[in-house]
Amino acid sequence: MGSHVFQAEQVVAGYDRQTVIDGVSLVVPVNRISVMIGANGCGKSTLLKALARLIKPESGSISLDGKPVGKIPPKQLARVLGLLPQSPIVPEGITVADLVGRGRFPHQSWHAGWTSKDAEAVAEAMRIMNIAELADRHIDELSGGQRQRVWIAMALAQQTDILFLDEPTTFLDITYQIEILDLLTDLNRKYGTTIVMVLHDINLSARYADHIFALREGKLMAEGKPSEVITDLLVKDIFGLDCAVIKDPVSGSPLVVPKGRYHAGSASR
Amino acid sequence: MRSSPVPKNFPAVLVIGLVLLGVCVIASLALGSRLVRFHELIDGLFHHQADSYGASVVRKRISRTVFSLFCGAALGVSGSLMQSVTRNPIADPSILGVNTGASLFVVCGIAFLHIGTANQYIGLALAGAAITAVFVYGIGSMGRGGATPFKLVLAGAATSAALSSLVTAIMIPRSSVMDQFRFWQVGSVGSATWSAVAAFVPFLIAGMLIAFMTAPALNAMALGDEVATGQGVRTGTLRLVAALGGVLLCGVTTALAGPIGFVGLLATHVIRLILGPDLRFVIPMSAISGAVILTVSDVCGRLIGSPGELEVGVVTAFIGAPILILLAMRSKMRSL
Repeated sequence: MGSHVFQAEQVVAGYDRQTVIDGVSLVVPVNRISVMIGANGCGKSTLLKALARLIKPESGSISLDGKPVGKIPPKQLARVLGLLPQSPIVPEGITVADLVGRGRFPHQSWHAGWTSKDAEAVAEAMRIMNIAELADRHIDELSGGQRQRVWIAMALAQQTDILFLDEPTTFLDITYQIEILDLLTDLNRKYGTTIVMVLHDINLSARYADHIFALREGKLMAEGKPSEVITDLLVKDIFGLDCAVIKDPVSGSPLVVPKGRYHAGSASR
Repeated sequence: MRSSPVPKNFPAVLVIGLVLLGVCVIASLALGSRLVRFHELIDGLFHHQADSYGASVVRKRISRTVFSLFCGAALGVSGSLMQSVTRNPIADPSILGVNTGASLFVVCGIAFLHIGTANQYIGLALAGAAITAVFVYGIGSMGRGGATPFKLVLAGAATSAALSSLVTAIMIPRSSVMDQFRFWQVGSVGSATWSAVAAFVPFLIAGMLIAFMTAPALNAMALGDEVATGQGVRTGTLRLVAALGGVLLCGVTTALAGPIGFVGLLATHVIRLILGPDLRFVIPMSAISGAVILTVSDVCGRLIGSPGELEVGVVTAFIGAPILILLAMRSKMRSL
């Protein structure tokens, strides 16, 4: 498994002249799971999109192994850097195997056909995501959790060392959220895939991340191990929420317990 | 589990498509206001010295048949490309206004420049189709989010309405132009000559090459621009090149046969229903189904209109319009 250095320096990005990301510099930890957290509108998805070259930064530089990503041919870059956006489109009538197979695009040329390497990559991706038995089913027939596993399998079939995921657990029940995050952790532990994702849930972020990037108003406010970064002060700063941070009895990671205006006080008495 | 991504039913569909194509060719040679007997068909095709009336009818119908196959294939592939570029299952050259743009330029050519040769028609129609496509794309990409499928179709419909009123405005006061234009405007393959077929070939090849080469990247773009970008597709360039292929194929067909609607829509839709969404298979099969649909329509037009004939553009509109309504209703039900 490769150890690509992916970094951003003083990146400013946004939409229609409106700056959302305001000078973020970061180095993606190699072979680790990084999670971007922050309140709605803090720019975490925008930062992910800028890193994954979906939007062009207004200034600053993003580089892979010291080379600006804009100078790397897109297909070549796509063999190192995979991406699962928040709402991909399902073509009508496509089957699971077909959709996963589409992840092989960066490895193919228009004149060469489907190789055994492609078939192996697709089979492996479906095995990792536990969807091998769904191969011939239509996507429309699947549950939300199965569907998300299919999309991740498509990204896996691309066989990249780095994988960006924009809120891979949104709209899923808690059971499926855990299932997806466990599968992504398998991927990271077994294959060393560097994962960078945006998650909404701070407690799941604290549990599954090796590294946290905390954003507020387009700026990187803190980064590091969840146990070091996630404190009551940071949560107050990032989300504007009063809370207590305790030790998660299951994982030992920090657990954020919000205070709110009601129901506080009885436990401390 | 499958080891290869070829749709399971592709071989069967290909064989059926080719058989239908063969049947169409024979029907197109044999049927019409004068029915040809079998031995006359053979004489016309293979015995050049045979000079029965039937044999000469068959010979005349050869160029017409080849021409209608080419037009149908071009329209079918053009429809596939435009549906992919706009990511809209009901996109068709006629719906995006590209046909009408080509018409307007040809009408202007007939009215003001007195054009008459195939190449002049092609040149003007391509220019009109390309300018309209750029215009529609420009309007469609204004505002937030760039050229979304929905905005493209709206821009196409509005442009098409405006341009067809211009076409009418130019036509009405010029009775001399009316006759030349009238037959062109309904869309017909009846007057096809070998020179028209020859003029068609380079454009057909260029358009088909673009379609085949862009198919894998268009497959990626079908998953959304973000997924495609993540897979290394330059979506802007791809849209432009694929649209160029679509405009080329539909523009040249419009130039030589007149605006023929719905073939691109139907040809692609039928194939997608049967084969699924993989464009590497949908595009070549749409060429075949387009050729079949247009040729069958042409033969129907000859039989219905006998002893004269009904132009193929009228027939495809009659078959196509109800099916378009059905499709629109079906997709509405689906989204509800």
